[in-house]
Amino acid sequence: MKLKYRKRALRYNLITYGMVIFFYVLWEIMMNTGNMSSLMKGMLVSLCYYSMLAVSLNLVVGISGELSLGHAGFMCIGAFTGAIFAMTIGAALPGWLELLIAIILGALVSAAFGFLIGIPVLRLRGDYLAIVTLAFGEIIKNVINVVYFGIDSRGPHISFKDSLSLGLEPDGVTIIKGAQGISRLPRNATFTLGIILLLISLFIVLNLINSRHGRAIMAIRDNRIAAESIGISASKYKMLAFVIASSIAGVAGVLYSHNLSTLQSTSANFGYNQSIMILVFVVLGGIGNIRNSVIAATILTILPEKLRFLDDYRMLIYAVVLIAMMLFNSAPSAIEFRARMAAKFARRKNSAEVDDER
Amino acid sequence: MSDNFSINREDILLSVENLSISFGGLKAVDGFSMSIRRGELYGLIGPNGAGKTTVFNLLTGVYKPDTGSIVLDGKNITGKKTTEINHEGIARTFQNIRLFNNLSVLDNVKAALDERYTYGLLDSIFRTPKFRRMERELDEKALSILKVFDLDKLAEYKASQLPYGQQRKLEIARALATEPKLILLDEPAAGMNPQETAELMDTIALIRKEFSMTILLIEHDMKLVSGICERLTVLNFGQILTEGETRTVLNDPEVIKAYLGD
Repeated sequence: MKLKYRKRALRYNLITYGMVIFFYVLWEIMMNTGNMSSLMKGMLVSLCYYSMLAVSLNLVVGISGELSLGHAGFMCIGAFTGAIFAMTIGAALPGWLELLIAIILGALVSAAFGFLIGIPVLRLRGDYLAIVTLAFGEIIKNVINVVYFGIDSRGPHISFKDSLSLGLEPDGVTIIKGAQGISRLPRNATFTLGIILLLISLFIVLNLINSRHGRAIMAIRDNRIAAESIGISASKYKMLAFVIASSIAGVAGVLYSHNLSTLQSTSANFGYNQSIMILVFVVLGGIGNIRNSVIAATILTILPEKLRFLDDYRMLIYAVVLIAMMLFNSAPSAIEFRARMAAKFARRKNSAEVDDER
Repeated sequence: MSDNFSINREDILLSVENLSISFGGLKAVDGFSMSIRRGELYGLIGPNGAGKTTVFNLLTGVYKPDTGSIVLDGKNITGKKTTEINHEGIARTFQNIRLFNNLSVLDNVKAALDERYTYGLLDSIFRTPKFRRMERELDEKALSILKVFDLDKLAEYKASQLPYGQQRKLEIARALATEPKLILLDEPAAGMNPQETAELMDTIALIRKEFSMTILLIEHDMKLVSGICERLTVLNFGQILTEGETRTVLNDPEVIKAYLGD
């Protein structure tokens, strides 16, 4: 009995990595030969962090089967962790080292918050879980929006009122100024760094799915009662998926904060609209399909910018594209059509191989 | 049927004492006791709503009993969680089949082997040699279990693609993969035609032989019950109506009355 699933998974993974690397090389060449608009150049890093967010959310929504609507909250935690580090200890370090430590810190802090929030949230199911994650996302964003944080020779100070009530010594610096956020950030994220982080995220998520941990997570998704009856601890594996996804979202946040000069915790950046948009990437790419999450995130990030010339009609066309993608990915007739085309292609390839043997 | 292994008459595997649970004002199970010997095939029968599945849910920790105790192989497992009870050695199937529909047939069984072939999260992510070795062993082990049920050729199909009878078999295979001491089958013949039921009886005989398994079975199909069960407990309105050797019980006028009415 020869099993083919391992080969199939390997091919899927290699195509995914290959696709990312292909576009990286293509866009790097375009950039270095001056064939890229400044608009596109400005978007390259954001493509990476949106892809990472989509991939990690797909781990929760598609693989673990829990509808989470607060993913931007974890991105927010990562972004502010990274930014605070960059403005304090990291300011004295060389750029690459600062980035490396910021990324690790962002991953750890977001994972810790993912764990804490996961304790109450993962007891809930379905709609209730969606509502509570939505609320936590908003809480994170709004709390950071009113925080004042500064450092002086006596150590760190936090206030929820204003800069003055931090009571800093003359040598102190205010780092987070409430709604004004953090300004004068180093802005040292590059496209190359983004791609490396995206590849690492893909590597972690894809390998996780094709392991005993992924199998257990998907078993719980398919039938929690049956999974527990064969000794799989549902709460443990759900938490695992949730924490890993939070952690990757945190790293995406670090990348985000290092791509800006000013970081603010506003609704536009980390509100539920952002969470819903990440969910749109996941749903349109296909729930549970990691590679398509990257494709959907890329297309749907570039598209609104490319459609700017349409002015008022922009969001209209965007909506039409969303519907078309949804139909292509999920409509039964479209799935059947694709299966037929694939079968036809496979037959032609097989007959070609037979011809070769002759 | 019992010629391939010997049953020690005094060797009790599962002993249940005075088990009760109420939902609101309804006593779903009331003062339920039973003891199953090692290697035995025991039947739990009764009319609809008698509380049979509730007994299964109590035994597997889905519900916590209000009173009573459950002792498996000398160890008190009353009030433990479903996962812990599985680790102690009880596995089950469900009345309405519960497979992992989007996973392959192979992965359904591999998921059940999760506790026995453990490697860490880092092994998973970095594909260490330990990961590769264990996954290969897992494949072999899962295939050998599937082979017993003649499902190995279908290993890479999705579980939901199997026909009904084979889904039942897969559910039993998955439960057996956890290497339980006792397996609970909840109406395995439900929704089966006579031919499929006959096949199921062969399957049950096979698992007793291959895995020398103790089985507790809920069933409505009297032909199946009288054909394979050695002893029975009859449940009616949450209480034990009678218990004993299969033939005696099935001829009991009280039992006939409970099933057919006055």
